[in-house]
Amino acid sequence: MKLRQKKILTAYAFLSVPLVFFVFVRFYPMIYSFWLSFTDWDLISSEKNFVGILNYVNIFKDEVFVRALINTLKYVAFGVPAVIIISLYLSLVLNRIKKFQGFYRLLYVMPYITPLVAVSWVWKWMYQQPPIGFLNNLLTMLGFDSQPFLMNTSQALPSIVVTTVWVNLGYCVIIFLAGLQTIPQEYIEAAKIDGANRKQILWRITIPLLNPIIVFLAVTQSISFLRIFTQVYNMTDQGSGGPLNSTKPLVLYIYQKAFMSFDMGTAATATVILFGIIMTITLIQILILNRNIEY
Amino acid sequence: MARRDRSMTVSAYIFLTIFALLMVFPFIWMFSSSFKDASEIYEFRLIPRYPTLYNYQYIFNYSLFPRWFLNSLLIAVITTVSVLFFDSLIGYTLAKFDFPGRKIIFILILSTLMIPTEMLVIPWYIMVRNLHWMGTYWSIMFPGMISAFGIFLMKQFMSTVPNDLIDAARIDGMSEFGIFFKIILPLVKPALATLAIFNFIGNWNAFLWPLIVTSSPKMYTLPVGVAYFSSENSMSWELIMTGAAVSTIPLIIFFLIFQKQIVKGIAMSGLKG
Repeated sequence: MKLRQKKILTAYAFLSVPLVFFVFVRFYPMIYSFWLSFTDWDLISSEKNFVGILNYVNIFKDEVFVRALINTLKYVAFGVPAVIIISLYLSLVLNRIKKFQGFYRLLYVMPYITPLVAVSWVWKWMYQQPPIGFLNNLLTMLGFDSQPFLMNTSQALPSIVVTTVWVNLGYCVIIFLAGLQTIPQEYIEAAKIDGANRKQILWRITIPLLNPIIVFLAVTQSISFLRIFTQVYNMTDQGSGGPLNSTKPLVLYIYQKAFMSFDMGTAATATVILFGIIMTITLIQILILNRNIEY
Repeated sequence: MARRDRSMTVSAYIFLTIFALLMVFPFIWMFSSSFKDASEIYEFRLIPRYPTLYNYQYIFNYSLFPRWFLNSLLIAVITTVSVLFFDSLIGYTLAKFDFPGRKIIFILILSTLMIPTEMLVIPWYIMVRNLHWMGTYWSIMFPGMISAFGIFLMKQFMSTVPNDLIDAARIDGMSEFGIFFKIILPLVKPALATLAIFNFIGNWNAFLWPLIVTSSPKMYTLPVGVAYFSSENSMSWELIMTGAAVSTIPLIIFFLIFQKQIVKGIAMSGLKG
């Protein structure tokens, strides 16, 4: 046997187990989900009736689904700008100091590493009503009214957003810092010599050069807020996404449809819709980042 | 100008410190509460007046926490070893072997990064049921045995290994597996370390899939256990905070040991799907 043939055989031998894995644990399940979304399967009966696009039509008539979809978009709309603006500002300040940079970075990234379930319960407790919750104790001590936070249909979702922003902040700070450190100092020096002030340097040089990173973070953070689940499950009563579905995100809707009502067709339909949203966002990222930008 | 710079530096430190306190405060509050007893738990004080280890004793003696801890450890270790082995082997093959279909296989593997786990859990669940894997560790572990992201990372690293090294070993009559284990793996240790750390953290913290697939409390992983324990004891916040602390402490230790790699790893890519 020739050396080249031997190498090809070795390559395929090395790849055999992983290829089986990718086919059966990634691709097949994905196609299966698509197929399920066209059936009315309830997990128990042996027949899966093909119902065409009926699930896709019906799901938009389901108030809870529409609510969950709107909630999810709200998570993205509130959470992503907040986390990006705060972390960009933090990293700009952090980039200015020389000592203890690593130490601060360390403290900021800690929530990101911690089990989200633990984080959720700590925050849930902080949001409790007086005299239990820390935040309300603080508010009353400072002379303000106590707030319902998670108990109220209009405050609950923002409260969960705050927790999630707190979790994701450190991750974005690290990415921004890495980006800031790749900006050639000469650019900034040259601008200074030309008489540019701090503000001009920030808006004309730093932020445009960070643009690919901002796009990357906007996309990854959007996906992370679209997939929000653990926080809501743990911070709302009995994992319901309450009060009155006001915090229920898509993934919790999927979880309840599939594993509590065993309505697999509808649940799969919702996963396909989630997939569609995520893929659209990813493709937009690829398009923007592949465009050649000149400054 | 110099004076202005200095005052800006000072204000930067003040700002960063205030923010750092905001970031760590929930942790401090959690730990401080875990040393309080039930009578003191709702008091608005950071340092417990009568610090007690009772909550920790309770958790270790009268709950399934030790078991959940071991479950999580076992699952995280086994999946991490598997990911390290397969991902580096695939990364090596894709980087250093020339064979038909190489590009397409790589693209197909990468494309799976776009599939959200949520889309796969329903078919996985059906698979687990049909194959009678319900209630086994294997059911929790199998979807994470190989990671597409890790393959990408390893392939990038493997490309930097000089081909001459591999050819020389081949001429010396070394087997392909021997080359992989004795020459390649030692050269990509930093990448292996990063991959190992993130896989470990990711598996230790995983929630949705273990929640779906574990039905008996004994099989819970730590996060599922904390969620279950907390909702069962929703009146005893001191116990909940202790439970949260117990699931966090190992990670904080882990974090302190590997902080450099973790920071580097995040900067390199962006992980924790």
